[in-house]
Amino acid sequence: MILGFSLAFLLTAALTIAGALAAALLKNLVHCALSLTVTFAGLALLYLQLDAQFAGFSQILVYIGAVAILVVFAILLTRGAGVPEYRGFSTSWFFGLVIASAIFALLTWAVVRSLPAKSAVAAPSITVQSIGASLMSTYVLPLEIVAVVLTVALIGAVIVAMPESRTPKSEAESSGGK
Amino acid sequence: MIACSASLFANWLAQSPAAEFPPDMIAEGATSFIVRMLWLIPAIPMVTAGLIALLKQPRRKTAATLAIGGLVLSLLLSIMAFSHVLNSWGHGAATREVVNFNWFDLGTTHLQLGWILDPLAAVMLVMVTFVGLLIFIYSTGYMAHDENFTRFFCFLSLFAGGMLGVLIANSLLLLFMCWEIVGLTSYLLIGFWYQKPSAAAAAKKAFLTTRVGDIFFLLGIVWLFAQTGTLLFYNHGFGAMEPTALATLLAQPAALGLSAATVIGLLIFAGAAGKSGQLPLHVWLPDAMEGPTPVSALIHAATMVAAGVYLVARVYPLMSAGAAPGGSTVSLAVIAWIGALTALFGALVAVAQNDIKRILAYSTISQLGYMMVGLAVGGVAVGMFHLITHAFFKALLFLGAGSVIHGCHEEQDIRRMGHLRKAMPVTFLTYSVGMLALSGFPIFFSGFWSKDAIIGAAHSWPISQGPFFLLIIGALLTAFYMTRQVAYVFFGGWRGSHHTHPHESPTVMTLPLSILAVFAVGLGVLGTPAWPWFTSFIESKFLIVDMQAFSEPGLLPLMGFAILLVFVGIGLGWYLYARKPIEVPVGAPVHDHAQEHGDEPEDTPCDLKDVLESPAPVVWKWLANRLYFDELYAATVLRWYAALAWVSDWMDRRVWGGIVAGVSNSFRGLGLANKSIDSQWIDGTFDKGCEELVTGGGALAWLQAGRTPGYLRTLTMGVLVLAGLALIVGAATGQVRL
Amino acid sequence: MNPLAAYLVVAALVFAIGLAISLTRRNAILVLIGIELMLNAANLNLIAFWRFSPHTAGHGDGLTGMMFAIFSIAVAAAEAAVGLGLIIAYHRHTKTTDLDAMTRMKG
Repeated sequence: MILGFSLAFLLTAALTIAGALAAALLKNLVHCALSLTVTFAGLALLYLQLDAQFAGFSQILVYIGAVAILVVFAILLTRGAGVPEYRGFSTSWFFGLVIASAIFALLTWAVVRSLPAKSAVAAPSITVQSIGASLMSTYVLPLEIVAVVLTVALIGAVIVAMPESRTPKSEAESSGGK
Repeated sequence: MIACSASLFANWLAQSPAAEFPPDMIAEGATSFIVRMLWLIPAIPMVTAGLIALLKQPRRKTAATLAIGGLVLSLLLSIMAFSHVLNSWGHGAATREVVNFNWFDLGTTHLQLGWILDPLAAVMLVMVTFVGLLIFIYSTGYMAHDENFTRFFCFLSLFAGGMLGVLIANSLLLLFMCWEIVGLTSYLLIGFWYQKPSAAAAAKKAFLTTRVGDIFFLLGIVWLFAQTGTLLFYNHGFGAMEPTALATLLAQPAALGLSAATVIGLLIFAGAAGKSGQLPLHVWLPDAMEGPTPVSALIHAATMVAAGVYLVARVYPLMSAGAAPGGSTVSLAVIAWIGALTALFGALVAVAQNDIKRILAYSTISQLGYMMVGLAVGGVAVGMFHLITHAFFKALLFLGAGSVIHGCHEEQDIRRMGHLRKAMPVTFLTYSVGMLALSGFPIFFSGFWSKDAIIGAAHSWPISQGPFFLLIIGALLTAFYMTRQVAYVFFGGWRGSHHTHPHESPTVMTLPLSILAVFAVGLGVLGTPAWPWFTSFIESKFLIVDMQAFSEPGLLPLMGFAILLVFVGIGLGWYLYARKPIEVPVGAPVHDHAQEHGDEPEDTPCDLKDVLESPAPVVWKWLANRLYFDELYAATVLRWYAALAWVSDWMDRRVWGGIVAGVSNSFRGLGLANKSIDSQWIDGTFDKGCEELVTGGGALAWLQAGRTPGYLRTLTMGVLVLAGLALIVGAATGQVRL
Repeated sequence: MNPLAAYLVVAALVFAIGLAISLTRRNAILVLIGIELMLNAANLNLIAFWRFSPHTAGHGDGLTGMMFAIFSIAVAAAEAAVGLGLIIAYHRHTKTTDLDAMTRMKG
């Protein structure tokens, strides 16, 4: 118990933050994507520590299992003929850093200043069954909407990413006009 | 017209189911079968006209068969009607039967039409259908070489239908409608050879002149309807010719101290004067000879011109209403004088004419004058008797003239004919019969009896002896000019071209001539004073056979005087024209008309001078030029009308056209102003504004450079600022502990 | 320190790092990665608050926080798919994923 926090928490937090930093600083895109995956995993562990098992496992399933893979695919599909010519960082990187730091400072200050020193809350006891039941009763509307959103996003993504039909006109358009 | 008959038929059908009548159709006397079927008499020829109109030109046999067949049917029905009336008359029953029906309703009044069968109508029906049939048969021969054969028979049928409609009409409106049909077909038939400008002009002249009369006629009809509320002649006591209505009209004062009855009577007479060629509306009749000869025979001798006389006979109760016993009315006096003047005029002008048909045309005008006088001074029977006899012998004369023209190969000038009694014997014989009948040759010929009746009635007219004197002079002249014509045409030497050999006409043409000749002789027997069959029939009185009638005071001397006049006339004519045969003058060039076939006979002058021309050249010239009536009209009426037309045209082009052009120009001006406002100010302002927008947009577009990271940063910065603001505000309000 | 506060600080840190990635890196895909990190940080916040708040049935069966987070995960996945699809489509046309070069909409 260092600083009143358990070791598990500290290690997991460190892992998450390290992964995030790695994603920010590494030059190779694939390395960034993989460190992103590490971050996701750390977060999943944090959820588990917070007794949100369902959230944690769905984090692993969705984020690591789908989003991270998707990011890797996107990186692979958008690779050019070699290493990108440009530098990884934008010309005004400092400005962005400043803003990010300011945001962090603001958030931390708000958190620290507003919360009491210590409080203890009992761990909740929830089951997957109760989650399912509430999904089907209280949260049925958001569930359906999310289903629609997912469908729309699926179709939209397919249409957006679909290669154009290879007619001579569209070939000429795509190669000439742009 | 077809729609009219259809509506009539439909109305009739709707009102008489099966064999029963509703009570209001029972008229004086029970309505018998033939009276109910009377409407067929005009309807059949009209239907055949319609059928023929649908045929193509080459189908001549079909057209002729249809037309003749239709008229035969009408003739049979007319004979049935006639015998029915005869029957009623013989039994002393009511002889007048009417069938009236509602045509349509005007508010609360009903407009009624109907037909009538009485002795007057029956006699006319038989005459018109019979003479018409003979002329139809004649036409098949006369028009055999004409290429518009089918069209001719279509018009003839239509005319027959219209004329028969006039005869049976019981309503002034129906009469007027059929009257107009007759006028129309007369126009179509006069102008049958419309490619000839003179024919087209003659048709137009006929139509317009009769139209002038018809306007007055229509005025009279409208006035009558306004005063009495009915246009039916006879309607169980409510008709316009019945005492109640006549009393109303007599009581109503009109103009110049005359009653409405008189003025309406005069207006209706104006229409009759137009159709029957009375002075001054006679000018169309001679020119109407431009039509084919059967047309002249049918329309302008026997039937259509008689329609005017028939009309006066129909409205005779109106004309004679209010007459003191032994006196006359104003309308009848006017009719008598106009008729007498017309009679004299026609006879005078006929003396100096050289066209065979013109002579007969003026003779017709003259005889129509006689008929009008007969009606006015002697009553319906006297006038109608002359009409019937005249129909037969005038038709005979016209058809004979047609035969002569046909035989001389379309020559119409009598100065170029001659010696035809050897070449065309049948024509000569029948023509002579007609001529003698017209002249009034005594005893055997019908014309004598009918004309004598008129002269006798004129003599005993209490109002004035003027018409009597005019008539007797006319009788003398009639005998004279007919003899002159016969002498020119049938006697003397052949004066035509050497290449023309006149020949007798085919049987289809000479047979009707013979039949008509028989009637021209035989009809006289119906009107002798001893056996006044006709008068009694028409007036539905009992027939009294009385040989004593001849010894009525004044009758025999008058008859003798008339006979004397006839002999003087014929003798004078023979002396002047037939004693020495009329030959071609020595040395005069002979015009070869057969070679100049396309010319008008009147155009190529003939050098043959008439015997009467030298002693009285001025008189002759006036007579030969028809007393310059046409020239008078051309100088006055036509000039005024042309001036009026010019004024109207000027008004139309300048004034009304100017107004219209002005309005349209003002609109164009408005449009131009609108356009200039639009293009200069509005567009200009708009364009300027748009330019400003574009510039401003260009300026704003710099912001949209597509720099995504920049956007993100701006976004976040914005969030920061907002958060900072929130904190500061919260701290200020004490909600946030800084 | 309040355990809730600790989690919140961690979340804030991850959020800031994600924001930094979005604002400073040139590659479009990395921007999306940053966005995902931000979303995850927000999720962590939600779960943390849910854990340390009373779970009375009155507030949506006491599952509000977690439900929110789960829905957020789902929506984020959809959004990632669409965004990456866009980047791929853009790359197909211009053969680049450099954000600084994506100035075609420049007025």
